[in-house]
Amino acid sequence: MTSSAAVEVTGLRVRRGKRLVLRDVSCAIPQGSVTGLLGPSGCGKTTLMRSVVGVQIVESGAVTVLGSPAGSPELRNRIGYATQSPSVYADLTVAENLRYFCAVLRAPRSDVARVIDEVGLRGHESQLVSSLSGGELSRTSLAVALLGKPELLVLDEPTVGLDPLLRDELWTLFRSLASRGVTLLVSSHVMDEAARCERLLLMRDGELLAEGTPDALLADTSARDLEQAFLSLVRAKEAA
Amino acid sequence: MNPSILLATTARILNQFRHDRRTVALMILMPSLLLILLRFVFNTEAAFSRAAPALLAVFPFAIMFIVTSITTLRERTTATLERLMTMPIAKLDLLFGYALAFGLVALVQVLVAVGISLTWLGLSIDGSVWLLVVIAGLDALLGTALGLFASAFARTEFQAVQFMPLFVMPQVLLCGLFAPRSEMTSVLEWLSNVMPLSYAVDALTAVTMSSDITGELVRDLAIVAACGLLALVLGAVTLRRRTP
Repeated sequence: MTSSAAVEVTGLRVRRGKRLVLRDVSCAIPQGSVTGLLGPSGCGKTTLMRSVVGVQIVESGAVTVLGSPAGSPELRNRIGYATQSPSVYADLTVAENLRYFCAVLRAPRSDVARVIDEVGLRGHESQLVSSLSGGELSRTSLAVALLGKPELLVLDEPTVGLDPLLRDELWTLFRSLASRGVTLLVSSHVMDEAARCERLLLMRDGELLAEGTPDALLADTSARDLEQAFLSLVRAKEAA
Repeated sequence: MNPSILLATTARILNQFRHDRRTVALMILMPSLLLILLRFVFNTEAAFSRAAPALLAVFPFAIMFIVTSITTLRERTTATLERLMTMPIAKLDLLFGYALAFGLVALVQVLVAVGISLTWLGLSIDGSVWLLVVIAGLDALLGTALGLFASAFARTEFQAVQFMPLFVMPQVLLCGLFAPRSEMTSVLEWLSNVMPLSYAVDALTAVTMSSDITGELVRDLAIVAACGLLALVLGAVTLRRRTP
C-alpha cells in the first residue's frame, strides 16, 4: 500500500432536499487498496460516492480525486462508477451495452470480451439485459465500470443478490485489481463483507464513525466481530 | 464535442429501436394512419388537400415530441444518464446523438406519410415534392428537439406525457390550421408568431400552392431550423452533470 491518497475528502457537507445527508465528513482513501464503505441503508454511502465521482451538488467541503477536484473533465476516463441501481440499457444486449460505453470511453474494442470474462458473463453476451436475472444485471453494470483503464473504481453495492461463489470471485477480482495499483471504494450494508476489505469507512446517519483496517477496529473496540465493533462504536457515540 | 461518440450514441439508440419493433412501427405509420383517417372524414380530395399540408407538419411534430421526451426521461430516471455524466461524453454529443437517431426515424415517417398522401389520398401540390419532405422532416426534428428540451422539466413519465398538451397543443391551435393567423386577435397572432410550428405550416402551405421558392419560404425554413437548434442547445444547458 502506498502512502499517497487517491481520494481525499475534507469537511464535506451535502444537503438533499431539506435533509443534511452528509455532515462534515472527512476521510482519505489510499491508492491501490480496497476500501469498504459500510453502514446501514440511508446513512449517506451513496451520496458520498456520488460526491467522489462528481455528480453530486455539495454544500461545502472539498473532494480531491487523483490530484484533481472531483468532477474535473480530466478525471472522466480515469474513474469507473457503478451505481446502486444497475445503469445499463434494458433494451440492449449485454455486448451492445458494453460496446456503447466502450466507444464513449474510447477504450479498445477488446475490452468488451475482457470485462465479460472478469464478471463471469461469458455465454450471456447476446442476451437482452431485460431478460437477465438480478445478479447478472448487476454484474453487467459492474462490467461497464471495468472498461478502459480506470485508476479508481467506485462501486455502489456491487455484490448485492449474488450467490456466495460469485461474490467470492468478485472479491478476488477486486483484490487483484488493487494489487495492480487500482483504488477501489466498495459500499455494502452487510457487515460480513467488511472483513474482505483492507480498510473500512464506517458510516451512520451522515457521519463517519470510524476509519481504519478491520483489525485495528476490532482492537480499538475489543469486539469479537465487525458487527459488534460497529454496535459499540454507535453506542459510544450516543453516550457521548 | 466528439463525432465518434456522437455517432456511437446514435447507433446505440437505433439499436434500442431494433429491439422494440412495435414502437418503430407505431412511429413510422402513425402519421400516415391519421392522414388516411382524415381523408375519409373529409370525403373529398379538395377538402383533404386544403388541410393535409398543415397536418403533415402537425402529426410528425407531435409524435416525435412525445416519443423523444419519454425516451430521454427514461434515460434520466434510470441511472444510465448519471453514469454517462461521469464519462468523457459532451452533453451536446448526447443530445445531437439523440436528434440524429430520431431524425432518421422521422425522415422515414415523413417519406411514408408524404408518399401515401400524394398517391393514394390524392393530395396535389404545385411545388417540389422534395421540398415538402425537407420541410416536414425539419418539422419532425423540431418536435424531437423540443421533446429533448421538455424532458428536462419532467420528473415522472406522467408529467412528460402531459407536456404534450402543454408544448404541442397551443402550437397546433394557433398554427393557422383552425383559423387563418392573420385573422386572429392581436394577442393570439403575436403568440402564433413566436411559435415555431406556425412557420412550418406556412412553409408547407406555400409549397403546396406554388412552385416558387420565395424569400418568405426560405425565411420560414430558417426559423424552423434555428428553433430546433436552439431547443437542442437549451436541452444541453438544462442537462446537469451535478444533481441535488
